[in-house]
Amino acid sequence: MSKGDSPSVETRRPDRAALIIAVVLAAIAGLIFWDVSRLTGLAGYSQVGPTTVPYAIACCLIVLAIWTAIEGFRGDFAEREPQQLGPVAWIVGGLAAQMLLLNAVGFSIATGILFAMTARGFGKRQLWLTIPLGIVASFLVWTIFAKVLQLSLPAGPLERLLF
Amino acid sequence: MGTLDFLLQGLLVAAQPMNLLYALIGVTLGTAVGVLPGIGPALTVALLLPVTYQLDPGGSLIMFAGIYYGGMYGGSTTSILLNTPGESSSIVTALEGNKMARAGRGGPALATAAIGSFVAGLIATLGLAFVAPYIVKLALVFGPREYFALMVLAFVTVSSAFGDSTLRGLTSLFVGLTLACIGIDQLTGQARLSFGVPDLLDGIEVTTLAVAMFAIGETLYIAAQGDKGPDKVEAVRGSVWMSATDWARSWKAWLRGTFIGFPIGAMPAGGAEIGTFLSYATEKRLSKHPEEFGNGAIEGVAGPEAANNASAAGTLVPLLTLGLPTSATAAIMLAGFQQYGLQPGPLLFATNPQLVWGLIASLLIANFMLLVLNLPLVGLWVKLLTIPKPWLYAGILLFATLGTIGANPSVFELGMLLAFGLLGYIMRVFGYPIAPVVVGLILGPLAEQQLRRALSISQGDVTVLFTSPIAAVLLGIAALAFIVPLILRARGRGEVLAQLAASED
Repeated sequence: MSKGDSPSVETRRPDRAALIIAVVLAAIAGLIFWDVSRLTGLAGYSQVGPTTVPYAIACCLIVLAIWTAIEGFRGDFAEREPQQLGPVAWIVGGLAAQMLLLNAVGFSIATGILFAMTARGFGKRQLWLTIPLGIVASFLVWTIFAKVLQLSLPAGPLERLLF
Repeated sequence: MGTLDFLLQGLLVAAQPMNLLYALIGVTLGTAVGVLPGIGPALTVALLLPVTYQLDPGGSLIMFAGIYYGGMYGGSTTSILLNTPGESSSIVTALEGNKMARAGRGGPALATAAIGSFVAGLIATLGLAFVAPYIVKLALVFGPREYFALMVLAFVTVSSAFGDSTLRGLTSLFVGLTLACIGIDQLTGQARLSFGVPDLLDGIEVTTLAVAMFAIGETLYIAAQGDKGPDKVEAVRGSVWMSATDWARSWKAWLRGTFIGFPIGAMPAGGAEIGTFLSYATEKRLSKHPEEFGNGAIEGVAGPEAANNASAAGTLVPLLTLGLPTSATAAIMLAGFQQYGLQPGPLLFATNPQLVWGLIASLLIANFMLLVLNLPLVGLWVKLLTIPKPWLYAGILLFATLGTIGANPSVFELGMLLAFGLLGYIMRVFGYPIAPVVVGLILGPLAEQQLRRALSISQGDVTVLFTSPIAAVLLGIAALAFIVPLILRARGRGEVLAQLAASED
């Protein structure tokens, strides 16, 4: 900490993000305990079965959660840089759009939209220009991979029109 | 038959025209993608995996080997000319290389990096060929408990020994191990952590996870930093050829770098980074021109770059002989093997020698191709560096999703890609390393299998894990690798370890 010369401890606030991470880790551990408890412990020759390793992992996760919480309370968790969430939202939106549209409109159009929205996240605002550009680029990629390399990429109206 | 006979046979396999073509495509694509800023070898290999889906195992692995070596060469070009290394193992190259480029000596810097990579790749690949049979023999006496101990060692070194925090490294590892539990248990056939979702029964694809964490996570992270203006690409001025003094100062550094890098890569302890730092420190101490270090000393490029490539070849030793990936790149290569139902390890040398030796021989050939591709054609690769960020990252996401769709065109798989991408982004924001997640996912099931076998043989007696001398020594080293960094960090000596962070590869 940069304010190391002031002896007061009040400058060290508990790190909320670290506490949330600790809770999430503990929740994952709980989820493992809950799911694995359903399994009949087919232990075979030994006491080890399909449940042994998940239990061990869950116990370690709880230890890590406590450790994270301690670092969070002491305020010596990782420093972070400020994040701009606008661009992140554009790109996540692009990926979501591609995921939902893929089977309806085919690879080229869905991926073209992803392409344009990613470029938007990086500051290219002219969507009327970038969407067609993305569709053309994706269509070229589709042609190479689906026709030449025989990969099964979903076809939509555009692909059926030209092939 | 001796190693030489096997290697010659391998060369015959690799020299078949189709295989030469695959190797050429591999090195070209690998270099092209590896040059792109922000893309390290791990992501290069993950992004290009779909290109190999339709090939036979031999051709596919040969292309893969080319991609791997090509990605390593490409990364050094980026770090010399752009000063934003795409891979943590190129950081040292950027230290001196970028200074040289700024001083108008970019050409010789690229040349010494390329020739150094070639020399190191050649010696280290031969080293791989000659060391591998001995390790295979050693591995044949390994039982389940020795394998388990070896994997524990790999887990510790990949996650907590380096980097700036034991806690975050271990957390990443256990996230990977948790994901590894999802799906049908290999020994009893029971579904674990799949919550009745049929798509989860097969478990999580390593390539989906790797592409999501490296490509999507990185893209989101870069986007969230906002526009900081374009990175400055140093133009290559003057000749790319090295002068006589450059040669005289480089050749010893290449050899030293190789002999530092290869053993470090070959140990089941992961990370090309350590070798590059050690090589840099060695060159700085031995140099007759110590004042040039920090201002563009050619030894500071030649040595680390050789060490980098030598340890890249070194990581193939545990991967091929023991089936043990010690870096994210090796983990993805292992996934590449597994898609053909091949499990690297001592058995593969016995059951499929043509494949293994063809692969090793094609690494030698790929290395020659890369020298030719990189010296005269360097101007072409430099153009790739100037692609504006919006198009670059839009293109990266296009290919990232293409790979997933090509492997499994389902909405669910794309949803996982998005979810893991967000996870990768959040982990980057909080400084969690990514490589342990990937290694945990692929090595977790293998470690579990060995552990349960060992315990079944001993009928549940846990002490059996420590009573074999080999296993006890390996676990002892693992314990040291866990405890020593913890003490160093507690005493405030963590900076050195943070510099050695195995964050990307």
